[in-house]
Parts: sequence; C-alpha cells; structure tokens
Amino acid sequence: MEFFHTIVAILESTIRVSVPLIFAALAGLFTERAGVFDIGLEGKMLGAAFAAGAVAAVTGSVLMGLLAAILISVLLSLVHGYASITQRGSQIVSGVAINFIVAGSTVILGEAWFRQGGRTPALGADARFQTVTFPFADAVKDVPIFGPIYTNLLSGHFILTYVAFLLVPFSWWVLYRTRFGLRLRAVGENPGAVDTAGISVIWLRYRAVICCGILCGFAGAYLSLAMSAGFVKGMTAGKGYIALAALIFAKWRPFNIMMACLLFGFLDALAIRLQGNPLPFIGQVPVQLMQALPYILTVILLAGFIGKAIPPKAGGIPYVKER
Amino acid sequence: MNDIAIELRGIDKSFGLVHANKNINLTVRKGTIHGIIGENGAGKSTLMSILYGFYQADSGDIVVDGNKVTIKDPNAAIASGIGMVHQHFMLVENFTVLENVMLGAEDSQILNTSISKARVELKRLEREYALEVNPDALIEELPVGLQQRVEILKALYRKADILILDEPTGVLTPPEADHLFRILGQLKEQGKTIIFITHKLREIMAITDEVSVMRRGEMVATRHTKETSVEELAELMVGRRVLLRVDKGAANPGAVKLSVENLTVRDSRGVTMVDNVAFTLRAGEIVGIAGVAGNGQSELLEAISGIRRAVSGSVLLNGEPVDVTGYADPGGLRNRGLAHVPEDRHHVGLVLAFEEAENGILGYHHDKRYLNGVFLDTKAIEADAEEKIKKYDIRPPNPRLKTANFSGGNQQKIVLAREMERGPDVLIIGQPTRGVDVGAIEFIHKRIIEMRDQGKAVLLVSVELDEIRALSDRIIVMFAGRVVGERGPDATEGELGLLMAGVEGRKEAAE
Repeated sequence: MEFFHTIVAILESTIRVSVPLIFAALAGLFTERAGVFDIGLEGKMLGAAFAAGAVAAVTGSVLMGLLAAILISVLLSLVHGYASITQRGSQIVSGVAINFIVAGSTVILGEAWFRQGGRTPALGADARFQTVTFPFADAVKDVPIFGPIYTNLLSGHFILTYVAFLLVPFSWWVLYRTRFGLRLRAVGENPGAVDTAGISVIWLRYRAVICCGILCGFAGAYLSLAMSAGFVKGMTAGKGYIALAALIFAKWRPFNIMMACLLFGFLDALAIRLQGNPLPFIGQVPVQLMQALPYILTVILLAGFIGKAIPPKAGGIPYVKER
Repeated sequence: MNDIAIELRGIDKSFGLVHANKNINLTVRKGTIHGIIGENGAGKSTLMSILYGFYQADSGDIVVDGNKVTIKDPNAAIASGIGMVHQHFMLVENFTVLENVMLGAEDSQILNTSISKARVELKRLEREYALEVNPDALIEELPVGLQQRVEILKALYRKADILILDEPTGVLTPPEADHLFRILGQLKEQGKTIIFITHKLREIMAITDEVSVMRRGEMVATRHTKETSVEELAELMVGRRVLLRVDKGAANPGAVKLSVENLTVRDSRGVTMVDNVAFTLRAGEIVGIAGVAGNGQSELLEAISGIRRAVSGSVLLNGEPVDVTGYADPGGLRNRGLAHVPEDRHHVGLVLAFEEAENGILGYHHDKRYLNGVFLDTKAIEADAEEKIKKYDIRPPNPRLKTANFSGGNQQKIVLAREMERGPDVLIIGQPTRGVDVGAIEFIHKRIIEMRDQGKAVLLVSVELDEIRALSDRIIVMFAGRVVGERGPDATEGELGLLMAGVEGRKEAAE
C-alpha cells in the first residue's frame, strides 16, 4: 500500500509539472504547424509568468494577472511575427533574441518595481489560482485504490490544469475540423497553395502566432499564479525548450503532445522523488544526476527512439512570392 | 464582342530594371485553346501572373467577358472566372484530394458541411469532364499526372471558365501528356476557354487553335495555328532562323571508357533509386538516358560522378576501378578524366554569387596554371575566362560579372566551357538544356556532337525526349530505378514513351 501511495504521489506531481509543458507545446503546435518555428516559447512563458506575478501582486486579482500574462505573451509573439513573417527574418534568431530580452528585462523590471532581488511579492490566496475539489472527494478518500486516485489524482488540481488537458482535444478539433485549422496546416506545408487559393498567407500566419501567444500566456500564468505564489527569476528553467522537444517528439500532433509532455513530466517528478533516496543496487545517486535525467533522456529519445519526425514542410522559411 | 473571353490592352510591367512585359495586347476568343509560346524569360509567366492577380501591371487594362476588371489578387481572378494550373503544383502534399480542392473555397468555419458538399460537387465534375480521381487519396501518393488533374479540378470547383495552364507538360510522360490534351479538348467542347503556355512547339501545333508568340517581353505575333508552321514559330520566338534538327554523322564507337555494373544507389531516405543498373559507354558515342524525372537518373549521375555513395556495384573508368561504394570523390575523378555537368547548375554546377571567371575554374582551382605559388593567379584566370567566353559565345562577355546576372543559357555555357575545355575522356551531362533558350540549345547540341566526334565518351541524361532522340547514338530508358530497355537512335517517340511509363519494360523484363 505504501508503494501504491508513492505511485499516486509521483503521478500527481507528474500532472502538476506537465501542465506548463502542455500549454507551451500546444502553443508551439499552432505556430509551427503554420510554418513559423518558435524557439521563443521559453521567453514568452517567462515574460507571461512575470507579468502575471507583477499584475496579480499589484491588483490582487488572479484574473488580471492571467490577462496580463496573455497580453504580454501575445505582444512578444507579435514581435516574433513581425520579424519572421513581415520582415522575413530568421525565425531562430528572432526567437533566441526574445528569450534573452525577456530573461534580462524581467529581472531588471522586477528589481526596479518591487526591490526583492528580481522576485515579485509573494501572493495571497486571492491573487493565486485555487485548487478545485471534486464533489465527495473527502468522503471517498479512504476507499482503497479508487479513493486515492479520485481524491489525489483527479481532484484537487488547479482550474488551469483541467483547462490544459481539455485544450488537447480542442486543439485537435480546431486543427482538423475547422476551416481555420485546414488553412493553418496548409500554410505550414505549402504557402503557395494557400496564396493561389486567394487566402492571405501573412494574416493566416499572424493568427497562428497569436494563438501561440495566448497559450504561452496560460503557461506562464500557471507557473507564477498556480504552481508558485509569485514570479522568481528564470522560473521557466528550460520548460520552453522541453516543450519544444515534446512537440518534435510528438511529431506535431495534439494527442501525442499530451503523452510526450506527461512522459517528460513523469521523468521530472521521478527525479524529484528519488533525490536523496538510495536506489536499489545502485545506492546513493548524486542529486545533480537525477536532475539531469529528464534532459539526458530527452536527448536519447529524440536521437533515436521516435523514428523520423518530419516537420511541416514550409517551416522556418519566410514566404516570398516567387517571381 | 461577346465571343471574346479575355482581352489584354497595353499591359506593361517592370521589375526594377527588368522590363518583363512591354505594352502587351492579347485577345483570347471564347471556347478556344490559345497557346502562348516564347523562350524562358520572354515574359509569359509574368503576363499570366498579372492575369491571375499575383502581380499588378504598371499600366494597361484587363477585360474579361466584355467588362474591364481590376485583378488585385488571386481572389479577384477567381471571382472573374479565371483559374490557373501552375507549373509547380500548388497542392498540399499531405492533404487529401478533397481537402486540396476545398482549401480556400470552404463554405463555413466548421468543415463537416463543406466536406460533404465538396464531395458531391467533385463527383459531378468528375462525371462531367471525365476527371476521375479518388477524393480521399493523399496527394503525395498520386502520380504527377493525377496531381495535375487535381489542380484542374480545383479550378473547375471554383467555377473557372478560363483556365490558364503554365508549362503543364514539363513533368508528364508522353502518354500522360496525351491524356492531358484529351482532357483539354473535352473542356473546350464544354465551352471553357484555355490559355496554354509552353516553350514546346510541337504541343502548340498539336492542340491550340491560335497561338501568340512572345519574345523579350513583347508580343511579337498571333497566328491561327493552322496557318503557321513550326519553323515560322521558332523563328518568331528567337528572332532569327534556327536549326531545329541537329546535324550529325554516324557514330564511330571505340574502346569502352566507362562500364557500370550492378550499380545500386539509395537516396537519403533509404529508398532504392538506382536498382542494379549496368551499361557501357564507349569513346566516340553518345549514350542517352531517357526517363521521366525522378526515376533514378539523378542518383545514377551522382553515383558515377562521385557525389553520392553507391550501396553496391562497380564502375570502371578507362578500365580502372572507381571506388563508388567508398571514397570516390568528384575531384579525384576529374583528374582521372571524368568531367561532370550537373543537372542542377544553380546549386551544384555554379556558385551564383561568384564572378564568371571564378566559376570558370571551380573544381580545377588547384591546377598549377591558375596558381601563383599559394595564391590564385587572377590574370591567368581572367585570360582563361576570356578565351572561353569567346569560344562559347557567353554573353555579356564580362568575366568580372556576377554569375547570377547571366541568363540560364549563358550560365549553362559557363559550366559546359569549364568541363569540356579540359578534354575529358568521359563527359557526363545532366539536363544540358534545362531552362536554356532555343538559340543556346542549338549551340550546346552542336558542342556535344563535336565532343563525340573528337572521340570523347558522352553520357547524356535528359527528361526532354526530343533532345535524347536528337543527340544519342544509343538510348537507355530508366523506369523506377531500373534500365527497362535499350534502343537505337531511330526509336519512335511512342515506343520510348511506353518504356518511360513502365508499360513495355515490365513485359520485356518478364520475357
């Protein structure tokens, strides 16, 4: 039974750490399926986390915090869009630039405004997301097997957690069952086909980039308003890159993305759990190695275990009408 | 008045210093197939792009069906009943036929209703014009002929009455091209107007009612097809008399210079592109390799010239083995007397950002005569370039000009001059006249024959069947990576066409 509880606990924290990955990877899905590669997921998420933390701290409203996160993230997306769609610049350079600008400016602004070493003030209960408790969760928590699963695993998460998981089928529906999705996927494969069909390639790609911004906004708000009580410098800690890896690992498909994010989340949760605990046969493993484990596995998985991941054909290439 | 589908009046368009269309007037009558012919760069595609709303003319009017219209984007063209089948298909390869046809012409935000409506409409179009294609097939799994059919269906789905086809036969096998011509005939009978752009004279004669000729951005003449001839059209295109047949004497084959045995090559995805191919090439003969693009010719050339590693097989050059499965490299092979004119001159044959003189020595730049100690001897290089410019009539005659600024034909001459002037034993040429104008084609063909008459062994790969038939002493046909037949120079087009389509070859291989 002890073992069962450990498993439930690990799975619970798997879900908790997977949520920002799912938001960010779905964000990447929308823009990359439209042919705009985005290495700036990390920066957008960080900027959103800072905006959420700062605005929630000042206004005391979690909703204002979330809106600020989305606003900032969409603005950063538009910068990326302007550089890579309108000006036809390098999408990689633009994304990297955004990551650096955000990493630096969040600390500077945070220090200038709040004077807490780049942090935003710790948030009270009203300025944070609250967990949702399912009906009868308390009543059934002692039922064997079912109880812990219902009470700990399914119930008791933040509202954003449920939003993230519902966004997976929703994104699938948008991409594969709506006109917008059909055109968005087309523009990532052959923008010429979209252009000759009388649809604006530019406007379509901007809309995709805005979708990405909104989702990164959620990811950032989750970090500073749900998982933590405020913004801490560099709090995304590479999650944007892991989300990018998950996106590739999932071959740019919504349900695969959810599975990939859960896998990476699981590795992360496992690493946290195993810290300081000796492993059978191996003994004490350095903390640093456990922390590096998800990243090492990411490299191994991406290098050899997923077969060929074929990106959208027009990805990374600015659209120029041929002459 | 009412029997005119499209009238262009005084269309003028410049791109920077390039005057692509000069005061073009064109009248296309309803229910006819109107050919537009001209060399590469004559302005045909620009004119059609203006008609389809890709570019706006600097001045001039477009009149469709008696009404003056402004076509500011493809949407406006579609609304005026103009549809276009592009040279490079504008299809999304991992979408189904249905999705491609529907794209941009969906009825509502949610796809379900559009899909069922499109399915019904597609069925109707298929019946009406005999354009069968499985609506649920993925584009990437369809042969090019069918992909083109999807492009036509796309235009018809958008209710196009005027159909523009831009170089539609470039990617087709001869039987597929014949099929296309039958479809076009049918569309014409149903009252559609067709504008057919090509640089192939034979096609103009075969299917058009009227033909307009463009040269250097100008519309030089319009003729009833029945009242003109191939010779007249060729002369109008080039602006002077051209020799359409190549004069050549009988071949005088000597010793075997290149022999290829059991050569198998895979592409980067691991697909077998060249499958157990064998042939020999003798001094003083031209062997042509015919086939539709993508049947392994490119990979064969790359393997023989040392660019791509073969999986298995052996190649003998002048009787000496070439390490094709290991470490053969183009530089080493060049020193052993094998010169290669690559298919893709822009990416493999030349560095477009380099000056003409620099491209003239690429691959031979370690040669002592271009060096001055460890430095390049620029004077010698320039002198060498000037000599070649004179001999190959490269224009403009300026060795310091950036290669990108030369026309396709002159770029090709730069590559040919570099490889031919070395007097190699074996010359491998891929697509010698792709994107080259008629005047330069004549010159290049003459040079190739001269090389043969000097006793060189020439291996020629071309997707232009006419070219293969005009130059080759022996013709090898490739289909799906295999050699499916060998014929003499007098093989008929029909015979080769069937081999290229893989129809005859299977029978032959089975026997």
